[in-house]
This record gives sequence, C-alpha cells and structure tokens, in this order.
Amino acid sequence: MNGQGLISAAFEGKTGTFSLDAAFAVPASGVTALFGPSGCGKTTVLRCMAGLLRLKDGHCAVDGDVWQDGGSFRPAHKRPVGYVFQEASLFPHLSVTGNLLYATRGRKPAKPADPVGFDEVVSLLGLGRFLDRSPRHLSGGERQRVAIGRALLSQPKLLLMDEPLSALDRLSKDEILPYLERLHLALSIPVLYVSHDLAEVERLADTLVLMETGRVRAAGPIAALLADPDLPLLHMPQPAAVVDGSVLFHDPTYGLSTVDIPGGQLLVSGDLGSAGGRCRLRIPARDVSLGRELPLDTSILNALPAKILGAEPAADKQMTVRLALGEDGSGAPILSRISKLSWDRLQLKPGETVIARIKAVALADSTKELPD
Amino acid sequence: MGQLPPDIWIAVRLTVELAAITTAILLIAGTPLAWWLSRTGAWWKEGVAAIVAMPLVLPPTVLGFYLLVALGPDGPGGMIASLWGARTLAFTFEGLVIGSVVYSLPFVVQPIRNAFEAMGDRPLEVAATLRASPLRAFWTVAIPLARPGFLTGAVLGFAHTVGEFGIVLMIGGNIPGSTKVLSVAIFDYVETSQWREASILAGGMVVFGFVVILTMMLIEKRIGRAGL
Repeated sequence: MNGQGLISAAFEGKTGTFSLDAAFAVPASGVTALFGPSGCGKTTVLRCMAGLLRLKDGHCAVDGDVWQDGGSFRPAHKRPVGYVFQEASLFPHLSVTGNLLYATRGRKPAKPADPVGFDEVVSLLGLGRFLDRSPRHLSGGERQRVAIGRALLSQPKLLLMDEPLSALDRLSKDEILPYLERLHLALSIPVLYVSHDLAEVERLADTLVLMETGRVRAAGPIAALLADPDLPLLHMPQPAAVVDGSVLFHDPTYGLSTVDIPGGQLLVSGDLGSAGGRCRLRIPARDVSLGRELPLDTSILNALPAKILGAEPAADKQMTVRLALGEDGSGAPILSRISKLSWDRLQLKPGETVIARIKAVALADSTKELPD
Repeated sequence: MGQLPPDIWIAVRLTVELAAITTAILLIAGTPLAWWLSRTGAWWKEGVAAIVAMPLVLPPTVLGFYLLVALGPDGPGGMIASLWGARTLAFTFEGLVIGSVVYSLPFVVQPIRNAFEAMGDRPLEVAATLRASPLRAFWTVAIPLARPGFLTGAVLGFAHTVGEFGIVLMIGGNIPGSTKVLSVAIFDYVETSQWREASILAGGMVVFGFVVILTMMLIEKRIGRAGL
C-alpha cells in the first residue's frame, strides 16, 4: 500500500477565525518537530492528527493506515496515538498507576502483543518512587513524566506531543529533556513534537516542519532546513547547525571524545559514551571562523576543510557563510558568522575550499544520543 | 416528655420515603439532562435550561395548580392511572413523587451541570486519546470528576423535597400515611393548637436544615482543597 513509512497530513479549513491550510509528509520514524511562532497552527495540526478536531477538508495517514480522507473520519478513540498535552492533565481521581494503566483498563501490558512494557516505561521515566501516589502530590515535572508514560502505555503507533515542556519552569525542563532523549533512543515510536523553542527542536528533532500563519513553509531534515538561505532560521540573530555523529573513542587524559561526522572528525570535550554511540552536536555559527590555511599555532582544536556554498548578509555588517564539510563539500552542512570585512579581505567566494575553525567548547553543549 | 402521637412518625417516614425516591429519580433523569446542557452547542439549550429553572421562580401554588390539572382524571396523569384501574394520580403518593421531581429538578440539575462545565473538555479529550469510547469516558472520567456536583445536587434535592409545602397541599392534600408529609403535619398541628407536637417537628426541621447546610459547606471546602 502507498504511504508506507510516511506520516502524511493535509488539513484545510477554519476553526473560529483561524484558517489552516497545512500539508506535509515526513518519515514515520524519529522525531518530527512542528516548529513556528505561537498561533501559527501547530497545535491545530496536532489536534487534527489525533482526531480531536475535524476539519472538513482533511487527509491524514500514518504508515499506510488512512485515518481521515474525504468523508471518512476515524474518531479519536479509535486512532492508535498517544497525546501529551501542554499541561499534564492527569486524572486527579486515579493514582499514578491508575493513570498509567487507564488505556488498558488496569491491565499491565503483556509482550509481545504490546511493544511498550510497564516496567520499561516506569524505569525509563523514573516513575518508580510515586506509583501509588495521587497526581496531586507530584511536582510539575513529575506529572508531565507520568503523562508521557500514560500516553506510551496506550501502545501508540504515533506519539503526539504538544509543547510538553512549555508549562514547566527551567529546572523541570532540564529534568525532563534527558528522559525524552532516552525515550527516543529506547523506543521506535515516531513522534510529532510541537514547539516554539528552537533550542528544544535542535536538541530533539530529526525532521523539521516549519510553519507560518497556518501554512507549512518547509519540511525536511533539520540539518538542511537550518542552513537553507531561503528560510528564516538562517537569518536569526544566532543561527546554528546541527550535526549527527558517532563516537569513535574517549581520551580520559584530556577529557576529550573523538566524534566521526560526515566530512571529518571532531574533538568534543566530555565523555560522550561508548564507541559507536550516536550523538548530536550543535555548532553555533558565531563559533566557526574561516581561514585559508591550516592553523599551526592556535588553541583551537578543530579545523576542518569545508567548501563554501554561499553567503548571506547578516545584521551589524556581518556575513552568514554556508559551508559543507570536506574538501569536496560532501559532508555535513555547517554555518559560519564572520564580519563583512573578513569576507572581503580573504576574498572568499562560493565554490572555494577553506578551513573552518570550530571552537571545541562550542561542541560540548547539548549533545544527544540518537537511535540507530 | 410525654409520648409522641404515632402519626408524627408516619409523617416523618413518608417524608423521608418521598425525598429519597425523588432524589433517586432526579439523579437518574437529571444527569443526562445536565450532561446535555453542559456539552451541547444547540442554540435553544438556554431555553431548555430556563424551563428547568422555572420552579425556582414560580409560586408553588401555580406549579401545584398545573400539576393538579395534569395529574387529574382529564390530564395525562389520569390516563396513566387508568392503566392500573385508578382514576387519577392527584392525591396519591405517586402524584406527590411526580410533583416533587418537577419542583426539585433545578436544585439537582444545576449543580451537576456546573460540575460538568467546570471539568472542561480536556479530561474527555485525554480519555479519547487513551482509546476510551465516549461512553467509557463518561463513566470513568466525567462522573468521578463531577462527584462533588452530584453530592451537592443530591443533598439539595433531598432537603428541598423534605421542605416543600405548597405543591403538596395542592396536589396531595392531607391523607395520613399516603400524602401527609412533615410540613403539612406541622401546619395541621398548628391549626388544631397542638403546639407541643408542632414545635417538636419544627425544631427537628431546624436541626435537619442546619446539618444540611453544614454538610454542603464541608463538601465545598473539601472540593476547594482537592483543587479539581
């Protein structure tokens, strides 16, 4: 059947005064972020996917399974989704366990029919300490963890998350993010993740759907969209590239890990786990400088050849240079923010190969493990 | 204190029976009505809500008059009564139950409706995304979350039925053991200058009223603490 391995959605219609006309098709694996400013229709799309909202002209299918098309509409309770709302929305009259097992009517899942195990979820999300408690006595972060577990234990084929961190304070956010990353690593359930926080998206997403006033501006792999000169992401005050790599080895003497990325190797401070583990690196454009020759006397550890793809003027007489790692430019896309003066003095041009110097310290930030 | 006349106890038992049956019927019939009022988008729902609330403002004698006509031999009540060979539902216990249900309806429907509305859509949406059918969501989420509304409705409905007088007099009259409830009994004792009996019953009602109000306030305080 058509649409295998894809999440495809097309919704057109009005809710109140808001009109939506959004269509996209993304892989039914990994994390897809629906990203855009508040009020651009991200949540509306998610509600349509879940069947909580029915727009007249709608189509959606997940992995070849059609949920809505023309006159046919599968009601919310018959769609295999898990939905995590902005607020945890736990049932106050049930215990934490009662909430977790609501979808299965109190029955613990039995493998192999149910791919997500109870003990697995409890340990992944660290819920063991408060299974018998009432949700009233949990902190905001703990509640949201229970809500995520509750959604997972409904054995969804698609997990929908509507800004699950936005109602939390900084501390609780930092507490939950590692759980989300572990989840992503341990379970193979595709996730649609709504967010207006780019840092969150850069950390979690594999695919990005960029939304603007009810429409989809672009959809594709996050690394490509971050470096696309036609999209607003590149023109933000602090653009950055994300690069997925795999850990080669860790050198405890200097506390550095060597990471293999498309088009080169990078030294990253900190122990990034065992060899072969996947990790995500974030490279802010302002931490990448350019030169013609390999630097000999410098404290900067990472200097890689890269091919210039193009350059866009930025604020304050600066340039955002788009590059691809490797002599031939076959590697990962990265960005560099340099002054207009340097661009002119070095007489840089698209098509040229230069040396990109990346401050190692910039790489240690927000690393993440990815599923194989 | 001397012996109380046995007819006091007959009146008390009759009143409690009437109030209990009325409350049970109101909870069963009022819940779907309250649910519909809280969920529907129909433009005429406030019209229905106004009809439900009418007993709050109508004089009991007016309500009683129309009920008397409806329950009498020429009304629908008479037709129903003819099913088992009777002539009328007026001046019967069954007639009193019907009258009480109409009269106390707003006191039960309103708190339940408020509780359903306060709950919002979210818990039901959560239930739906957890594969609960609308019916299962209603029983396992809506009813438990609206429990304080049911408690308030039941207490108010019961107490209000115990206290009614005008309607009872209009459609039930004063038949001992069948339609002579507490409030009518008090009126009777006063009419016949039995002040001791009247004051015992009246005092009992004062205590009952106090307990009802106190219970309600404690329930509300508990809801506030639970923070639903």
